[in-house]
Amino acid sequence: MRWFAVFLFMALPAWGESVVLGLSQDEIAITTSFDGSEILVFGAVKREVPVPDGPELEVIITVAGPSVPVMVRRKDKRLGIWVNTDAVEVDRAPSFYAVATSGLLRDVLSDTEDLRYKISVPRAIRSVGAPMTITDAPSFTEALIRIRSDASLYQLQENHVAVDEQTLFRARIELPAALTEGAYATRIFLTRDGQVVSNYETSIDVRKVGLERWLFSLSRQQPIIYGLMSLAIAIFAGWGASAAFSLLRN
Amino acid sequence: MQIYLPIAEVSVNAYLLLGLGGLVGILSGMFGVGGGFLMTPLLFFIGIPPAVAVATEANQIVASSFSGVLAHLKRKTVDLRMGCVLLVGGLIGAALGVVVFNYLKALGQVDLLVKLCYVVFLGVIGGLMFIESLNAIRNTQKGKVPTRKKHNWIHKLPFKMRFRVSGLYISVIPPVLVGLCVGVLAAIMGVGGGFIMVPAMIYLLGMPTKVVVGTSLFQIIFVTGFTTMLHATTNFTVDVVLAVLLLVGGVIGAQIGTRIGVKMKAEQLRILLAIMVLAVCGKLAFDLLVMPSELYSVGAVGGH
Repeated sequence: MRWFAVFLFMALPAWGESVVLGLSQDEIAITTSFDGSEILVFGAVKREVPVPDGPELEVIITVAGPSVPVMVRRKDKRLGIWVNTDAVEVDRAPSFYAVATSGLLRDVLSDTEDLRYKISVPRAIRSVGAPMTITDAPSFTEALIRIRSDASLYQLQENHVAVDEQTLFRARIELPAALTEGAYATRIFLTRDGQVVSNYETSIDVRKVGLERWLFSLSRQQPIIYGLMSLAIAIFAGWGASAAFSLLRN
Repeated sequence: MQIYLPIAEVSVNAYLLLGLGGLVGILSGMFGVGGGFLMTPLLFFIGIPPAVAVATEANQIVASSFSGVLAHLKRKTVDLRMGCVLLVGGLIGAALGVVVFNYLKALGQVDLLVKLCYVVFLGVIGGLMFIESLNAIRNTQKGKVPTRKKHNWIHKLPFKMRFRVSGLYISVIPPVLVGLCVGVLAAIMGVGGGFIMVPAMIYLLGMPTKVVVGTSLFQIIFVTGFTTMLHATTNFTVDVVLAVLLLVGGVIGAQIGTRIGVKMKAEQLRILLAIMVLAVCGKLAFDLLVMPSELYSVGAVGGH
């Protein structure tokens, strides 16, 4: 019996703790009336040994939308008007990124671990190189983070994960209305003293459904038919509305 | 009621769109203009991406012009021959416009191009209209009758053609050029171009006023229809949900606007329209000249 316990202990990760996760929904449907959503991420820490002594267990939850390269442009005054002049391509930027933590991020995660797992918002963005003519490339990624944070697309929610008895945890992640489609990678990190002791990854599927899905796929796959259909619908709607109005008048 | 637009990928209030459509509809009914030049900037202001606003507005103009043309065809106030000549220029212009639009989109300068076009054209047209209607008001007070010059350099060009409905025998070059300019504008600015074509037809081509509106609407339908197809197939930026919402508001608004318009004098209407055009122009110019609060913008990686 004793040998068995030791064997189990060795099979588990260093701290012997792992995540059992629940999600309020693992699929988000963008319907015509979609106005943002909220997901509840909750779970428990499974361990075969008593809670270890020492630093408290902390939890970090990240939700990331699909990553695409984006172009960040800066305006400058030319001939009296403000025009886009410099541009830097950011190779990989998630369309949505939320980080929720159980404490202050700098307390629950060390820099090296952040670098390794790419957890904080600036680390989740990858910008390889800017053109030689641009000397202040970091200000472009900062601007990207600022603009997306203002639109609630990038969120850092410190002290947002509730942890009970170092075992149960839960957090709410708000998703804004302007969501794009794709698999949203959801990661849970358990940390002690800034070190990641266990992590778990799953994904939430965000997709357009019904009419939204149909119109979107049609516009990409059959653009000619979509264009003709748009014209026909618009002409019919315009003609119908004016006919209805003149009927109403008589 | 929030509604998620499938192509624009933003969520907006459906009543706001209906209201905007209605408001622009009232104005367009009052003044007899398409209203695209007002709607597209308003769509920018509520956060619709400019590329989607321009393409969708083209789609909406097709529909709102369609019912107008039916009415004009019934009254036989459409010069089909002139319409077709204008159309030839218009289609070439629209194709050129979309090419320029896509090229500048890749360079990240499309917003600037669209806004500069607006500032220049609205400024010139608004200014001319303002001066002209001020003079007209002054002349009617003095009791003078305005005279129109019938013969100018335009009548010396080759390739003459007879346009019976308009009672004209002129070269096809000026109408093709007018159509071309309007086609380019339709593609770049998301407007029908009536506000440029109508004055050009009256003052440049010397067409009788009664056939001008019907003929320009006829040309606009095909040019904006063509533009819609080009944007739908190259940029995928036509949002049919947005178009329908704007349209329903717009058609109802136009009916109300026409009724208000009948009760006002032509000069008063023109001067009001001129002031409105200048106001939109001023707002856009102000945005270009004053330092923006956010110097950076995020866009898709284009080109290739």
